[in-house]
Amino acid sequence: MIVLRLALQSLMNRWVTALLTVLAIAFSIALLLGVEKVRTGARQSFADTISGTDLIVGARSGSLNLLLYSVFRIGNATNNITWASYKDLAGRPEIAWIVPLSLGDSHRGFRVLGTTPDYFTHYKYRRGHGLEFAAGKPFADLFDAVIGADVAAALGYKIGDPIVIGHGLGTVSFVAHDDKPFRVSGILKKTGTPVDRTVFVSLEAIEAIHVDWQSGARVPGQSVSADEVRRMNLEPKAITAALIGLKSKLATFRQQRAINEYRDEPLSAILPGAALQELWGLVGTAETALQAVSAMVVATALLGMVTMVLTTLNERRREMAILRSVGARPRTILGLLMAEAGVLTVLGILLGIALLYGALLIAQPYVDRVYGLHLAIDPPGLNEWLTLGAIALAGCVAGLLPALRAYRLSLADGMTVRT
Amino acid sequence: MAGVFSEVSQAVPTDAAPDIVRLANVRFAWPGRGAFTLAVDGFALPARQRLLLIGPSGSGKSTFLSLLCGILAPQSGSIEVLGTDITKLGASARDGFRAEHFGIIFQMFNLLPYGTVIDNVLLPLRFAPGRRKRATAKLSAEDEAARLLDRLGIEASLARGRSAANLSVGQQQRVAAARALIGAPELIVADEPTSALDRNRQAAFLDLLFNEAGAAGATLIMVSHDESLAGRFDRVVRLDEIARVGEGAPA
Repeated sequence: MIVLRLALQSLMNRWVTALLTVLAIAFSIALLLGVEKVRTGARQSFADTISGTDLIVGARSGSLNLLLYSVFRIGNATNNITWASYKDLAGRPEIAWIVPLSLGDSHRGFRVLGTTPDYFTHYKYRRGHGLEFAAGKPFADLFDAVIGADVAAALGYKIGDPIVIGHGLGTVSFVAHDDKPFRVSGILKKTGTPVDRTVFVSLEAIEAIHVDWQSGARVPGQSVSADEVRRMNLEPKAITAALIGLKSKLATFRQQRAINEYRDEPLSAILPGAALQELWGLVGTAETALQAVSAMVVATALLGMVTMVLTTLNERRREMAILRSVGARPRTILGLLMAEAGVLTVLGILLGIALLYGALLIAQPYVDRVYGLHLAIDPPGLNEWLTLGAIALAGCVAGLLPALRAYRLSLADGMTVRT
Repeated sequence: MAGVFSEVSQAVPTDAAPDIVRLANVRFAWPGRGAFTLAVDGFALPARQRLLLIGPSGSGKSTFLSLLCGILAPQSGSIEVLGTDITKLGASARDGFRAEHFGIIFQMFNLLPYGTVIDNVLLPLRFAPGRRKRATAKLSAEDEAARLLDRLGIEASLARGRSAANLSVGQQQRVAAARALIGAPELIVADEPTSALDRNRQAAFLDLLFNEAGAAGATLIMVSHDESLAGRFDRVVRLDEIARVGEGAPA
């Protein structure tokens, strides 16, 4: 007891270096666990981008391409689905709901998605979270638009603001559908999904802004006013993709197969979950790099601790000679120094955990709001505990280095008290 | 207070061996360093004697003391302390033996500066259950430490104070004496304990040390290069009379 107390007092006597060492370890541990949290959070957020949808249908293409343009609004569809095929699919008895998606236009760099109001009820993210309106309501009029949270924040739009949709996808669109301005009817709450960066209009609206266009350019001399458009037949001829919910999950693979073998035109159906996993496999290599970096930071911190214990060794030869003179065995001294390294490491780990959860408590709502990244505040899992245990063990083993040196010194010094 | 220690001294098997320390044919060379050797052909010390060992620095007295206290082991020869040949003991048994039977006072820097005075005094008891038992025969270990400190002129207020680093050098040496004396070990070994003190304090310190060692029935071995202290000891031995120091191969 008294020896442990004196060892602790010795450590407290060197509290500045000890504290810095503990802090270095704590920060490295917080970083390691933080990276793990962000990694699992990002993976979860990614996997949670779309849920509740059983199949995504588009023109025949690779599953990643279809996922990218239909869910992430990245890239373009190679082809469209005819309205007839869509109607045919929609009429199938196995299908509980189907939401058409029509892409191709943009508003100041944000993609415009033509769809039906059903999108707002059937699109789910983060295990069944539905879309919610921060203000306003779904589009009801032909020239109504609903915007995502990022669009509203970036462009400062409020309900009732007019917006002009550009043709094509550039940030700066030179050809704008400026003869048919839209009005913001609703703003969605932040979801952390591509929904935030999307402008939603009705399918008919997409059709309407293209009535006097052909092959991507306005037909000269032919101009149809907004009022005239309202009286026209705006049933779309084609859509880009469709989200499908099935009545029975068991039918998913059978339906996927049926759509893939659709006779009238080449179609592809994908399972969103499987495609997301595939996509994560591509971007996921970054997480390995992150883990490697944080592991190296932990190793550096432990190295710093060993250095600290080693440098104090010389000034502590007196301490060891005194302990030896009152009968302490060399292995008691070995144990003391290893215990010191162990105590520093464990304190660092505990402080690191405290730091992480403190930071999480403070930053979690902010990160969720701004980045749409949900970081779960749950106790460390088995894997994390195992890692922390391994680090504590590594700290003790690293302490062996100064301990063995102290052991040799205390044998060599004998009864000589060195200062 | 003498009563406490007279009982204790009877329990010590000094009668079994009239000489408390006996060295014979000891040969020691620093492992690895080769050059320095120490040889002691024969040396004996009767119990309760006060011995002054005179030797300048570099004369091998630290090595001699380390051998006597069992921190170093000779390559050959025997070192009997209290009838036990400590060269026959293992390293860790020697450490235990030292804890039980030796009280050691260094020249200076005797104390763990961050520890309290009381903890510094109590430290040997942690490694010596026999001494702990003797120290706590009448009082608690803390009270016994306080009593010894009081006898050595360290007030209770200082003893309970935070850390030993705040004491003067003279006070530190007296605390070191209390640490050497606690639990009444049979041998007190002091390595130039007064060299950091001025003349007056030297005399006062020796008075206290002799009194307490005498009361405890302990044998005292003190090393110094100062021959003016000789008159106060039962016996004076020059280290070069009993030990040969070589710079070559062991004799």
